[in-house]
Amino acid sequence: MLKITNLHASAGEKEILKGISLTVNAGEVHAIMGPNGSGKSTLAQVIAGHPGYEVTSGTIEYDGQDLLELEAEERAQAGVFLAFQYPIEIPGVTNAYFLRAAYNEIRKAHNQPELDPIEFLDVMEEKLKVVEMDASMMQRSVNAGFSGGEKKRNEILQMAVLEPKLAVLDETDSGLDIDALRIVAEGVNKLKRPDNATILVTHYQRLLNYIVPDHVHVLAGGRIIKSGGKELALELEAKGYDWLLEPVPA
Amino acid sequence: MSATIETLVNKEYQYGFVTDVDTDTIPPGLTEETVRLISKKKEEPEWLLEWRLKAFRRWQTMTEPTWPNVSYEPIDYQAHTYYSAPKSVKPLQSLDEVDPELLKTYEKLGISLTEQKRLAGVAVDAIFDSVSVGTTMKEELAKAGVIFCSFGEAVREHPELVQKYLGSVVPYSDNFFAALNSAVFSDGSFVYVPKGVKCPLELSTYFRINAANTGQFERTLIVADEGASVSYLEGCTAPKRDEHQLHAAVVEIVALDRATVKYSTVQNWYAGDSEGKGGIYNFVTKRGKAFTDAKISWTQVETGSAITWKYPSVILQGDNSVGEFYSVAVVNGKQQADTGTKMIHIGRNTRSTIISKGISAGQGQNSYRGQVKVLPKAAGARNYTQCDSMLIGNRCGAHTFPYIEVANNSATLEHEASTSKIGEDQIFYCKARGLNAEHAISLIVAGFCKEVFKELPMEFALEAQQLLGISLEGSVG
Ligand SMILES: Nc1ncnc2c1ncn2[C@@H]1O[C@H](COP(=O)(O)OP(=O)(O)OP(=O)(O)O)[C@@H](O)[C@H]1O
Ligand SMILES: [Mg+2]
Repeated sequence: MLKITNLHASAGEKEILKGISLTVNAGEVHAIMGPNGSGKSTLAQVIAGHPGYEVTSGTIEYDGQDLLELEAEERAQAGVFLAFQYPIEIPGVTNAYFLRAAYNEIRKAHNQPELDPIEFLDVMEEKLKVVEMDASMMQRSVNAGFSGGEKKRNEILQMAVLEPKLAVLDETDSGLDIDALRIVAEGVNKLKRPDNATILVTHYQRLLNYIVPDHVHVLAGGRIIKSGGKELALELEAKGYDWLLEPVPA
Repeated sequence: MSATIETLVNKEYQYGFVTDVDTDTIPPGLTEETVRLISKKKEEPEWLLEWRLKAFRRWQTMTEPTWPNVSYEPIDYQAHTYYSAPKSVKPLQSLDEVDPELLKTYEKLGISLTEQKRLAGVAVDAIFDSVSVGTTMKEELAKAGVIFCSFGEAVREHPELVQKYLGSVVPYSDNFFAALNSAVFSDGSFVYVPKGVKCPLELSTYFRINAANTGQFERTLIVADEGASVSYLEGCTAPKRDEHQLHAAVVEIVALDRATVKYSTVQNWYAGDSEGKGGIYNFVTKRGKAFTDAKISWTQVETGSAITWKYPSVILQGDNSVGEFYSVAVVNGKQQADTGTKMIHIGRNTRSTIISKGISAGQGQNSYRGQVKVLPKAAGARNYTQCDSMLIGNRCGAHTFPYIEVANNSATLEHEASTSKIGEDQIFYCKARGLNAEHAISLIVAGFCKEVFKELPMEFALEAQQLLGISLEGSVG
């Protein structure tokens, strides 16, 4: 589904991603871990098409097409979803309105009829249950004045509504209380299907107790320095990253 | 360079067509003779001619204001035409007699003078160039005792009301443009709502400038008698022409004791092209006087015009009277707007609210100019002002000029102001959810304007929101 080959990306003069290769198949869950500032969010943003990062070399193939050729909104319409590490506020625009606009754009891209506000209510109602969110949140402005945890949960609500093929969740677990973590994780699991895939960026093993990854990668200094199965996450939890970063003296 | 908010292309102005109708147009130029000629053509009574002449003489002694934060080539007042009327509109008995070309024009503009608005519960008065071409739903209104007609008709049919209130809120000597209007105004709308009557319909006037080189100078007078209430909407468009056109209107509102008047404007005059060629110069004086326990509320969505100079104001004359001003002003391309309000607190416990949202894109310059004045007797007066500016791109500007004068120390004034830029991050967030940049901007802007939009009558709120999308289209690359 997603094939990243030797990806280099920079912001301004600064090179952040220094040759990333990663293959994600349909049905898989990949976890990306790694120290602060190692480039995890940058990778996520580059996949989503943030204009602030320039891809200097390498390729991203998604569903048989060249992802880098697509505008950010075209990627979203093609089923790529990024849950932001820091969700953005849009004052004055209700969550319900925003979600329906997004939902309809994606339907339009697939030549499906748009839903009016009343029809959309049914979709909403079902999805609100997935993340156990109160319907009153729908009448508030997008992320404005939301608590940190509410913002994260709102990202998952969007994901539930938009039903992406490839979801990239950037630290969606950070800032969640224990109940919210379980709800969000269960939400992600419920949305899992054989034909979609998830990339989880996280610092914490505890998320991986709920959402069991097929692969775990360690990103450091803009490179993937180690990949393994779910046990790698446990090892990282116990030992930290140092043993990976410093070559063992002979 | 990743800045997507840089490039600017203007979307075609969709109301820019010209209607081919026979007109009765007087030669350009402005002298006392012109004023007499206009008055004669309109078969006006002597008192009105006298009033016009006084205004004209006063105007000759006045100079154009230079304080607004706008710049434009000097206007040659002798080069304009001061009267142009579609020939077929002599005295109209019913809409059936209106020139079909004109009716078509209004259909094209989405303003059906016939069935449509009837269903929507809106009565429309359409002003084409300077003359009213038809007022709809008169009978329904008459049942309630509401008078809604063209200004000319009001002068003929209800001279005592016109004479009593004309100039009572905006005297002809008020300012340069008001004096000019008072001298040469050709038509406009008149509303009178009798004591205790709640007007059963939305009233709406639709202004259209068609003829070239013709100034439009309408005059609107709205009188809500004691305990009456009315909601009034004004819409405006004009053809695309390469030369600037002058529009200097006056609106006067009288809200007697306990009356409520809500006046909404969706102004979409042609703004000129992206190089600043053509477009309407809009110099408008709008003011209301609120008596005891009365309320006057101005809501405006200003998206068109090359230059906007406009300060809908409220004189809070009576105790406990309320004044409100809700405004969205958008400038794109080379548009310039200097707009705001004046709230003059005279009575005790008078209250005013000012919510101004300025949006600047392209190379547009947007200035808010607002005055809150509390006179010595206005004990307990309160004002809340919120003035927000949003910038789209790096070449536009937002400016704020608040003037506050308080002569009673029991008054409470609050002022909040903010300036924000539509961030790349907000746009990217929307894009990451499948919205393109233009959709993203219009969504973010609509959110920004929400407090104002919610003041508009339902059916026009949508229209305004769409209009905003149109005027900002092309403001991202
Ligand atoms: N737009 C930018 N301009 C300049 N530097 C940037 C930009 N974006 C990211 N960086 C830098 O690139 C590095 C990687 O940032 P990134 O946000 O990808 O890290 P991360 O792995 O997600 O870290 P964290 O675990 O703290 O979220 C950091 O040093 C960051 O400061
Ligand atoms: Mg990060």
